[in-house]
Amino acid sequence: MSYAERVLEYYNNPRNAGTLDKSSQHVGTGLVHVSEYVDVVRFQVEVNPVTHVIRDARFKTFGCGSAIACSSIVTEWIKGKTIEEAFRLDHMEIVEALSLPPSKIHSAILTEDAVRAAINDYRVKNGMEPAEEEYEEPADYYDERD
Amino acid sequence: MLQLPVYLDNNATTPLDPRVLETMLPYFTQHFGNASSRHHAYGWAAEAAVDLAREQVAALIGADPKEIIFTSGATEADNLALKGVFEMYADKGNHIITTEIEHKAILDTCRHLEKLGASVTYLKVNHEGMIDLKELESAITAKTILVAVMYANNEIGSINPIREISAVAKRHGVLMMSDITQAAGKIPVNVNKDGIDLAAFSAHKLYGPKGIGALYVRRKSPRVKVTAQMDGGGHERGMRSGTLNVPAIAGFGKACELALQEMEEEGKRLAAMRDKLENALLQLEETYVNGSRTHRLPHVSNISFRYVEGEALLMGFGKEVALSSGSACTSASPEPSYVLKALGLGDDLAHSSLRFGLGRFTTEEEIDYTINAVTATVNRLREISPLWEMFKEGVDMNAIEWSHH
Repeated sequence: MSYAERVLEYYNNPRNAGTLDKSSQHVGTGLVHVSEYVDVVRFQVEVNPVTHVIRDARFKTFGCGSAIACSSIVTEWIKGKTIEEAFRLDHMEIVEALSLPPSKIHSAILTEDAVRAAINDYRVKNGMEPAEEEYEEPADYYDERD
Repeated sequence: MLQLPVYLDNNATTPLDPRVLETMLPYFTQHFGNASSRHHAYGWAAEAAVDLAREQVAALIGADPKEIIFTSGATEADNLALKGVFEMYADKGNHIITTEIEHKAILDTCRHLEKLGASVTYLKVNHEGMIDLKELESAITAKTILVAVMYANNEIGSINPIREISAVAKRHGVLMMSDITQAAGKIPVNVNKDGIDLAAFSAHKLYGPKGIGALYVRRKSPRVKVTAQMDGGGHERGMRSGTLNVPAIAGFGKACELALQEMEEEGKRLAAMRDKLENALLQLEETYVNGSRTHRLPHVSNISFRYVEGEALLMGFGKEVALSSGSACTSASPEPSYVLKALGLGDDLAHSSLRFGLGRFTTEEEIDYTINAVTATVNRLREISPLWEMFKEGVDMNAIEWSHH
């Protein structure tokens, strides 16, 4: 199996790997997994409480190289975005940016889930309603996977 | 000068030994005859090469040359053994006993035969990859025609007590088949002492060419017959038709001859390097050897590095070390190695496993390089693994609160 150059780049030099203070009022944490020991992503955002702009983002990921690259690239993207904008992140943007093969799309979906879980954790912590997912999965989506 | 990546995937295939290549070359352009051509010198030269190779291959496993049926490889030999016995012994019964950690060439052939009316028992193995002899004995019925147990496992290198297994089969008048692909040329295999009636193996696992293998079929006590699965000119005593691949057969023979001569010394050398590699990697925390450490091929080590994923590890040193992982992170719910699962490994450890397979050309320098490369990658990936962080903080993994998504 060969991997896209960009996956390797993010895998070899992961941006923003690390941990934010989970107990901080301004930090939202999302911990998601495919199954317990296949692709586990912990995504964290630190949000400006006044502007709701994401000041910092960190990840830690257990999974294949693609999963690590997905998490890492998204930390770069969402810094400077509002939590509303970041919530609308579509996993297909990650798939395209990293040229992921169909068999690795689940890694991008998991990252999307992790970002949303982190944002909702922040929202709930700060007395807001959790945001709802809007996107629809095509009915034949799963057939496209490996 | 180290050539990168270091090749430690010798259970998948081995490089051709230059001495084997030298043996093969004249049979492509100079002695290109058909070994079945009985009336001219080209045919005789080819036939002589095949005869010599048949003796060399037979000698490696203590067989008679007449008992060697050349095939395209171990997969074909496995197919011929199972399907051939199933057809030939249909009057006696339809029951085959095998194990759940066999190679896919055995397991998928059994599945195929089940569709044709076979009844197959897949014996479970313990954490070391060994079957229970009592379970084997109690699985045998009046309809049982074959017991098929691999000599050594391709993923963990565990060696089965074939003599004890074949003794059980013999006691009940059942044929004993063994896929000896990983064992042949690595440890002593003797079809008579081991009580094997049919044995499948290939050349490319023992420094021979790809595309050639053999099925050993016992001729005496008992005389075993298999129904041909490839019909045609009646080659190989009618059991496998098709013009013989003379250069590959000559190479297979040479490879077997070299293996027989060098096996003992090579085994000791590889075991010492394997142990050095294994002991160095076990210095890392939460690292485990999979399968038996005592009944094991000298050149194999299968290790799980908990809290890092196997495929990510391979990506980490892809340019430095070439090996295999028991992980298969290619779908939404990937299944890790069925062999490791059969040993009772949890998904976590199965997904975190790497198989190191040393070979004839592995050097001490390569082992040192590998120890450093693997250690560095494991440490680097653990630094960005949430599971490792939780483990270090003493979080109970079973009590993790997952976000809804």
